[in-house]
Amino acid sequence: MKNIIQIIALVGMSFWATAQQVQKSEGGVFLLQNGQVYTHDKGMISADILLKDGLIAEVGSALAAGSAKIIDCKGLEIYPGMIDAGTKLGIAEVGAVSLTQDHNELGEYTPHMQALTAVNPSSVNIPVNRVNGITTVLTLPSGGLFPGTAAAIDLHGYTPEQMYAGFKGVVLNFPSSGKRGRWDRRSEEDIKKDSKKKLKRLNKFWKASKIYAGIKAKNGETKYNPQMDAMLGVMNDKAPLIVEVNKKADILAAIAWINKNGVNVILSGVAEGYRVIDSLVKYDIPVITGPILNNPSRSSDHYDVGYSNAGKMQKAGIRVAIRTNETENVRNLPYNAAFAAAYGMGWEAAFKAVTQVPADLMGIGDKYGSLTKGKVANLFITDGDPFETKTMVKHLFIRGWKVPMESRHTLLYEEFLERDPGLSK
Amino acid sequence: MRKALIIISLIFIQQLTAQEMGTVLIKNGTVITITDGVKENTDVLIKNGKISQIGEGLSILRREGKITELGNEATAGNDFRIIDAKGMYVMPGIVDAHSHIGIDAVNEATDPVTAQVWVGDALNPYDVNLYRALAGGVTISHAMHGSANAIGGQCETIKHRYGVEDPELLRMKDAPRTIKFALGENPIRVHGEGQRIVPNTRMGIEQVFRTSLQEGKDYAKAWAAYSSGKTKTPPEYNLRKETLAGIISGEIMIHCHSYRADEILMLMKVLSDYGVDKICFQHVNEGFKVAPELAEFGAYASVFSDWWAYKFEVYYSTAYNATILTKNGVVTSINSDSRELIRHLYHEAAKTQKYGGLSDNEALKLITLNPAIQLGIDDRVGSLEKGKDGDVAIFNKHPLSVYAIPQYTIVDGVVRFDINEDPADMRIDVDPEEAVPAFMESSAGHGHGHGKGCDDSCMQDVFYYLFDH
Repeated sequence: MKNIIQIIALVGMSFWATAQQVQKSEGGVFLLQNGQVYTHDKGMISADILLKDGLIAEVGSALAAGSAKIIDCKGLEIYPGMIDAGTKLGIAEVGAVSLTQDHNELGEYTPHMQALTAVNPSSVNIPVNRVNGITTVLTLPSGGLFPGTAAAIDLHGYTPEQMYAGFKGVVLNFPSSGKRGRWDRRSEEDIKKDSKKKLKRLNKFWKASKIYAGIKAKNGETKYNPQMDAMLGVMNDKAPLIVEVNKKADILAAIAWINKNGVNVILSGVAEGYRVIDSLVKYDIPVITGPILNNPSRSSDHYDVGYSNAGKMQKAGIRVAIRTNETENVRNLPYNAAFAAAYGMGWEAAFKAVTQVPADLMGIGDKYGSLTKGKVANLFITDGDPFETKTMVKHLFIRGWKVPMESRHTLLYEEFLERDPGLSK
Repeated sequence: MRKALIIISLIFIQQLTAQEMGTVLIKNGTVITITDGVKENTDVLIKNGKISQIGEGLSILRREGKITELGNEATAGNDFRIIDAKGMYVMPGIVDAHSHIGIDAVNEATDPVTAQVWVGDALNPYDVNLYRALAGGVTISHAMHGSANAIGGQCETIKHRYGVEDPELLRMKDAPRTIKFALGENPIRVHGEGQRIVPNTRMGIEQVFRTSLQEGKDYAKAWAAYSSGKTKTPPEYNLRKETLAGIISGEIMIHCHSYRADEILMLMKVLSDYGVDKICFQHVNEGFKVAPELAEFGAYASVFSDWWAYKFEVYYSTAYNATILTKNGVVTSINSDSRELIRHLYHEAAKTQKYGGLSDNEALKLITLNPAIQLGIDDRVGSLEKGKDGDVAIFNKHPLSVYAIPQYTIVDGVVRFDINEDPADMRIDVDPEEAVPAFMESSAGHGHGHGKGCDDSCMQDVFYYLFDH
């Protein structure tokens, strides 16, 4: 008997050593028993959770198991899956290899470029990041004024459509009057000129899109114009426009532009949000900010402005979600939130900023963001505070699938911790 | 009279270059010594820049104007400070074995071999990132040449004495000399692809090393022949060759930018052939694949906590790298290579507890004693021990907790960061034409990959549009 077990173990290990992909997820009905369940309003409660058909079927005490597979959560904590509303996950693979970068199409006005089209469900980055408890991301195109349409995806599935989490949003890079970096040798004057010119072009495109949308609203005939078709939701249905903007003066200019044009927006980035809190509060503009682990944007800034920005805005009443702005290290979302928590935001608000708030901002808050009956079964189970660095994620569920706690990083660890053969001559 | 003038000017010069040494008594903290366990409710006394005592109930007494640690209470004066660290954690100042802060130039990207240049000639004490590093508990960094060349320039180990204006005062005096080597994509891209000269492949890089080390060897031989009278005329002086000879003699230690397992093995083979037995591999993302070989050679590894996939040669990486290396007996450190990451190396070290379950002390060693060993300064820093430099970081919570906030950072007994006296604008040099400094969009993004800015990268000054390490 013992031999058989050993043989099975060896066969299993040889699979580990050669696996190029992580193992399959497990489907079915699951009962998460006797865990501590985190709720935004009551904090930790002792409860069971039943997962069925990809949804949270029930949250309550002493739920009947029936035919469900039981996951013993005694001594463990259950949290809603974290949501990173600012990534390039799935549409970028290897940083410096441009042919693996699908987020930056040519052209200044390309709102019709669909991030969802280019999502690679087999991206090696996806398992590496989700095993830290991130179950949903907004993946955004980049470059130009209107780089394209971002898409929310769950980090599990075999086709982009399967992964799609129910939100798409057109992105606008608001003209920046900041330096692109230390290597940007443009004079202050040239920078201002450039940004003014861009604003002019933005307004021109906006005006044309508005006219186009007006014609469409009246069922008028137009030529094929995919750019302006992509703007219809923003123009006619008040779909939120995601506006990337960071510098104080630019945020104020963006707010003026938003008010003038009556646009429904989510601001993204917002590095200097703490400098324009009054305006953000006055016009009730929500933000997706981050990375929190970020250097100050000016050499005269206090060293912790990146850490404290989210908390300052949230405390003033602004709806704040936290993002990483990452691709391969979206897994550091909980640590970005933790630094915000430590530098003034507090744990509860910071956790909301990576769960319910981004879900609400994307209009999918009724399906995502908390452990509530009827919501999508995206959750993770830990041995402690999910923000604390050494906390281990024990189980991960995405759309009710029990996802293996494997990635390239864990597979390489398994193979190389005690390399065999080791030293050989 | 002339003699007196010389003496006076000598004293003046000495004062100008004298390093400021302070006296601080840190009371009632939880003291993480690294080499002698964790001591609750313990005091650390730093006297004139050096740790003079670690124990309970220490105090400072002023006797005839002189400070002495023995005796009863004394109140803090201008010449010393008392810090109440009750409820706080006191650890050695963090050491970053790979950084580019505090220097004005990073890459002399004009030749595959530039051993003659030295970042120590480009120190910049005005760099506000030195202060931001202090605000993350980092007291020492290894200011490195970049990775554009197979053999880059010499590096400088600096102390974060932010506030001094004399570049000389940034140097950690008598720290061993080091030089930057680089393998893989960066030198290939700069010289092979950029200039159409060798190296254009990893094969070419091996030959650049062999040719250069042979040059150094021959140069040393020629000088030895002259010194012993075998030859009549001295060889032509050549700083580049002299530096290469210094590598072979062991006077200058190599810190090599590296990623892939094969190139790491290649360099160890080349070094064995030239009798060089000390090296620290930097980044070394695939070090985990050849951990037994690294351990056997006695090579050191200085790694990122979790950076990967920002270029092809780091696609086959694992965040468990530091753990695998440590468990295989390789002296390992975690570095920043970034003016952002340097501010939270304590958090980066904590990731080894998630990725591989290192103990508290193993994790903290990665940012204290181990980088000190790699820089050859472990006899002076890296742990809290009597006689070592008074370099200390004090946190409000355990430094491996993600919620820990640095409270004080002390260099040579001088408090260089105090969270209670911490104005926003810490610039020393304010450009009168730029009262409000420019906003940098690039710092709004993370330092890695996907075209985001990383101003202090290993490829700084090379391809400003390619941000890589």
